[in-house]
Amino acid sequence: MLYNEPNPLETRVLSRRFGLPNSASIDTYLATDGYKAFMKAVGMTPADIIEEVKVSNLRGRGGAGFPTGMKWSFVPRQSPKPKYIVVNGDESEPGTCKDRLLIENDPHQLIEGCLIAGLAVDAHAGYIYIRGEYRYLIEIMDKAIAEAYAKGWLGKNINGTGFNFDLYTHTGAGAYECGEESALLESLEGKRGVPRIRPPFPAVVGAFQCPTVLNNVETFCSVPPIIRDGGAAFAALGVPKAGGTKLTCLTGHVNKPGVYELKLGFPVKQMIEEVGGGIRGGKKLKAFIPGGSSCPVLTAAECEGATMDYDSMAQRKTMLGSGGVIIMDEDTCMVKAALRIMKFYAHESCGWCIPCREGTTWLRKILTRFHDGGGVREDISLIGDLAKNMLGRTFCPLGDAAAMPTISIVEKFRQEFEDHLDGKPCPYENARHMVMV
Amino acid sequence: MTFSPQLEARFEKLLQSYPPGRQRSAMIPMLLYGQDEIGYVSDELINEVAKRIGVEPLQVNEVLTYYSMLHRKRLGKFHVQVCTNISCLLNDGDKVWEHACKKLGIGHKEVTADGRISLEEVECMGACSWAPAVQVNYDFHHFVTPEKLDELILDLQDRKDAL
Repeated sequence: MLYNEPNPLETRVLSRRFGLPNSASIDTYLATDGYKAFMKAVGMTPADIIEEVKVSNLRGRGGAGFPTGMKWSFVPRQSPKPKYIVVNGDESEPGTCKDRLLIENDPHQLIEGCLIAGLAVDAHAGYIYIRGEYRYLIEIMDKAIAEAYAKGWLGKNINGTGFNFDLYTHTGAGAYECGEESALLESLEGKRGVPRIRPPFPAVVGAFQCPTVLNNVETFCSVPPIIRDGGAAFAALGVPKAGGTKLTCLTGHVNKPGVYELKLGFPVKQMIEEVGGGIRGGKKLKAFIPGGSSCPVLTAAECEGATMDYDSMAQRKTMLGSGGVIIMDEDTCMVKAALRIMKFYAHESCGWCIPCREGTTWLRKILTRFHDGGGVREDISLIGDLAKNMLGRTFCPLGDAAAMPTISIVEKFRQEFEDHLDGKPCPYENARHMVMV
Repeated sequence: MTFSPQLEARFEKLLQSYPPGRQRSAMIPMLLYGQDEIGYVSDELINEVAKRIGVEPLQVNEVLTYYSMLHRKRLGKFHVQVCTNISCLLNDGDKVWEHACKKLGIGHKEVTADGRISLEEVECMGACSWAPAVQVNYDFHHFVTPEKLDELILDLQDRKDAL
């Protein structure tokens, strides 16, 4: 089902079946060009499939934005080891709720994406790792997989092509860190979800020590449209160096929060005003996070002229990330926002790297004290310094994810920290009835 | 240890889902599905899972402590999970959480005296555009207000299938 009304400004490529009756069923899928891209890919060489994905300018939709075609080309096809396809459906970056809709409304699109990736790298088995909280999606996915087996779109000699492919779901059990690719692989192998040292990267040594293509749900779901309509058509939807659309989750203080499929390069202001229906209560924008809580925040002024794509966000020293847009109005207490974000990362730090484990906990304590009115002036610099000392000093990006928003909030909203000094209660208390986290 | 036929079938399928010699991969799914049936991760469940995947119980224990959805103590029949992460917070998820605590007279990871309802303040559950969100066991509830939460709790207290 859909949880919000679609918007006419959307470009519905991945979400084209959303809202159709029984959109998750294989009959609906087959009636709407389903599995045609796979059949087309069967007639292509693996190199051609990878080339088509490269031409599409598809970049990883989980957050890092790495070019997908290039990632696939790193898999050593000639390796005698089996190769695996692993789908990252651990969606847990705060602000992000799009993979949920892709699986719920169109699970066969994901299966077809896995099949095409399998053809490209000579993989014959795949695992869809879905976060434990999404239990109903595991049921939907299992049902779709069973349908695909029954109708000959999974298993041995798929639709008479001679290609074999098995697909399984695998549940997580509550851990943000398992959205990080190497930690996800550890978790898939029945271990604690701590990151692996890289290199080697998963393309060479991934699941079960074998070459592995590991991408986000949305990335795999982009593959059938790319093969069906051509990489160039997909590329043309976006901006140079980043093709296609992005499922964008509008969250926070907007009138019409929801998940909308927008062309890459969609203007931020237009997105807030015309897709999101503007800021609630006619208030002003204070802060904007483009792609999940790990991205540095932008001020309202920095949003001028910004577009939702990798380069525009990089120019503003932030990231497109996962598409989890967090919109904060003028009454938001940025100290409290920083505190809540840090509380999350402190909870989710796996403890493997000391700068992250100790840094997040220390920062959570300082920010709690600060928001409570117990901060001193030196704390403001200390928060920034501590966060900067976490950057780049951990095996996985969780430490960076905790540090980046914190640094940006301290730098861009320093005045709000000063407003909390000398035992003063939160100055935004009346506006939003603050309670301590 | 005996499980329902459905769970046995699920375990059987899981044990065949991974490459030969990699049955340890089934550990976390088996623990979570097992917990759903018996209410928590008991010593008995740990021993049983360990036996079936061919590892020591200590190795299972070492892994399970990492995952926040695996509980070593029995929770309420209805586990009410309130998200207060950033997107929910901006929509007063913290008020929903405070209200839930007051209403039920219990706190984080506590259970009501009758064993019916437990509470947990959770991190992002992937419902950010429909915030604030609450999950009761695995069921999502979107755009929750303190008033809606009252109705939800009343319904849970009324349900005959509970205990």
